[in-house]
Amino acid sequence: MINPFEIIETIKMIQDENLDIRTITMGISLRDCCHSDTETTCRKIYDKITRLSSKLVKTGEDIENEFGIPIINKRISVTPISLVAESCDTNDYVKFARTLEKAADTVGVNFIGGFSALVHKGYTPGDQKLINSIPEALATTGKVCSSVNVATTRAGINMDAVREMGQVIKQAAQLTADKGGLACAKLVVFSNAPEDNPFMAGAFHGIGEPECVINVGVSGPGVVKCAIEKIPDADFGILAETIKNIAFKITRMGQLVAQEASRRLGVPFGIVDLSLAPTPAIGDSVAHILEEMGLEKCGTHGTTAALALLNDAVKKGGTMATSYVGGLSGAFIPVSEDAGMIDAVKSGALSLEKLEAMTCICSVGLDMIAVPGSASAETISAIIADEVAIGVINNKTTAVRIIPVPGKDIGDVVEFGGLLGSGPVMAVSKFKSDAFIKRGGRIPAPIHAARN
Amino acid sequence: MRAVLTVIGTDRVGIIAGVSNILANSNINILDISQTIMQGIFTMIMVIDASNMSIGFHELGEILDGKGQELGVSIRIQREEIFNSMHRI
Repeated sequence: MINPFEIIETIKMIQDENLDIRTITMGISLRDCCHSDTETTCRKIYDKITRLSSKLVKTGEDIENEFGIPIINKRISVTPISLVAESCDTNDYVKFARTLEKAADTVGVNFIGGFSALVHKGYTPGDQKLINSIPEALATTGKVCSSVNVATTRAGINMDAVREMGQVIKQAAQLTADKGGLACAKLVVFSNAPEDNPFMAGAFHGIGEPECVINVGVSGPGVVKCAIEKIPDADFGILAETIKNIAFKITRMGQLVAQEASRRLGVPFGIVDLSLAPTPAIGDSVAHILEEMGLEKCGTHGTTAALALLNDAVKKGGTMATSYVGGLSGAFIPVSEDAGMIDAVKSGALSLEKLEAMTCICSVGLDMIAVPGSASAETISAIIADEVAIGVINNKTTAVRIIPVPGKDIGDVVEFGGLLGSGPVMAVSKFKSDAFIKRGGRIPAPIHAARN
Repeated sequence: MRAVLTVIGTDRVGIIAGVSNILANSNINILDISQTIMQGIFTMIMVIDASNMSIGFHELGEILDGKGQELGVSIRIQREEIFNSMHRI
C-alpha cells in the first residue's frame, strides 16, 4: 500500500511543480510509400500516417485522464522524407511537406517531424532537392519540422552541407520575416542525430527503426528545482544524489505512460528520452535549477560545472527507471523556451560563447537562439561548424537551431509564441569566417572514429 | 482496476458523504479510507476498486470535480499504477 505522503508528493509534483510528460511521439516508417509518381507517393504517405496514428491523440488524452499526469504534446516522426521522395519524378519537395501537414491536421497532432536528410558524408539527388525545398516548406506549413544531419563522429563533417545550411537558414528567416523568422524555429542542424528522438524540431524516424514505434519524452525542471531548494547547504554529493532520486521518479512516469500507450495502440515501445525540457512558464526552467545550486545568474562562471552535474545525475537516475533509454536524454538549454535563460541573456550574464561551452556537456546544442538579422549566411555556417565539431569530437549529439531575425538587432526581443517562447537577440562575432566556410569539402572523421 | 481518490482542502461537513455517494452511484467499491492533516491542509485519501464501474473514468472525474467545486475542495482521481510506479521498484 502506498502511503499518504507518497501520494501527496506525486500530486504536488504534478500540480505545483509542473511535472508532465512532454511528448508521446509515434515514429512511423514511410519506406513502403516510395513510388515514381509524386501524387501516388503523397497519397500513400497521407494514408499511412493517418491510418497508424488515428488513435494517438485520443489515447494520449485517455491516459492523461486516467493517470492524472498531463501529456503536453502528441506528435509524429517519419522516415526522412529525402529517402521516401527520392524515387519521385519531381524536384519540388514542398508538396511532401504539405502532405505531412495535412496528415498532422487530420489526426490532431501539433508537430510532425521528418522533413529531413542525412548528408553527413554527402548528398544524393533526393537530399539536395529536399534541402533546396526546406525554406519554402517551413514557411508554408505550420506543423512540419525539418532536420539535416551534417556530421557524425564516424564520417566527419560535411562542410558543403554546413555552408549550405547557413544559406537555407537565412532564406527560411527571410520567407517568414513577418513572424520573426519563425520557420528557423522548426529547423535543426545536427551532428550524430539520434534515430529515436521524440522531441521536436529534430525528431525523425531513423532507418534502423521498426515499422511503427512509441517514444516518450519526459520533463520536469520544476520538480528538480523544488527538490534542491530544500537542501540549500548540501554538498555536491548530496546534491547529485537528490537529483538522481527525482530523475528516477520523473522517468518512472515516462516509462508507465510509454508502456500504457504502447499497449493501447498496439505499437511497440521504443525508448524513454530522459530529458529536462523547460518551457517559458515560471517554475519550468533549467536555468533556475543551475541558479538554485548557487549561481547568481545562469551563464556566470561555474555554470558549465553545474550543468555537468545536473545532466549526469539526470541520466543516472533516469537510466535505472526505464527499460530502454534513447533520444537526446539530458538537460535541454533552449534560450527562448526557458524563462531563466531569457532572463540571463537580457541581464548580460549569458552569451553565445558560454552557451557553446555548455553544449559540450548537455544533451543538445545551441537551441532556439535568436541572432541579428544582419548575421551573414557564412557566420551562421561557422556557428554550425563549431557546434557540430563539438559533437563529432566528443562523440555526442549536438544541434543548432538558430534564428537570424530579420530587421532585429542585439537587445531586441522576438516573440515566437506558445512553447517556442520569446528570444532576446544575442550578439554574434563581428569578425568574418567567410574564407573558412568557402573552402568546402569534408573535415575528416577524428582519429577515435577508427575504433574497429 | 484500482484507483486513488484524493481530496485536498478545508475540512467541512459532508465531504465523505458527498464523495461516497457518487462512488456508490457509479458502482465503485471503497477499499480503504484515510484522512489526515498534512502541513495544515486536510487530506483525505480513498483507495477504490473501479473494476465494475458503471460510468467512464473521464465522466467520473468530471462529476467529482463538480462536487469538489461545490464543497470548496480539490478532488482528483488517478489510477493506482502512477503511484506504484513512482514510489515502488
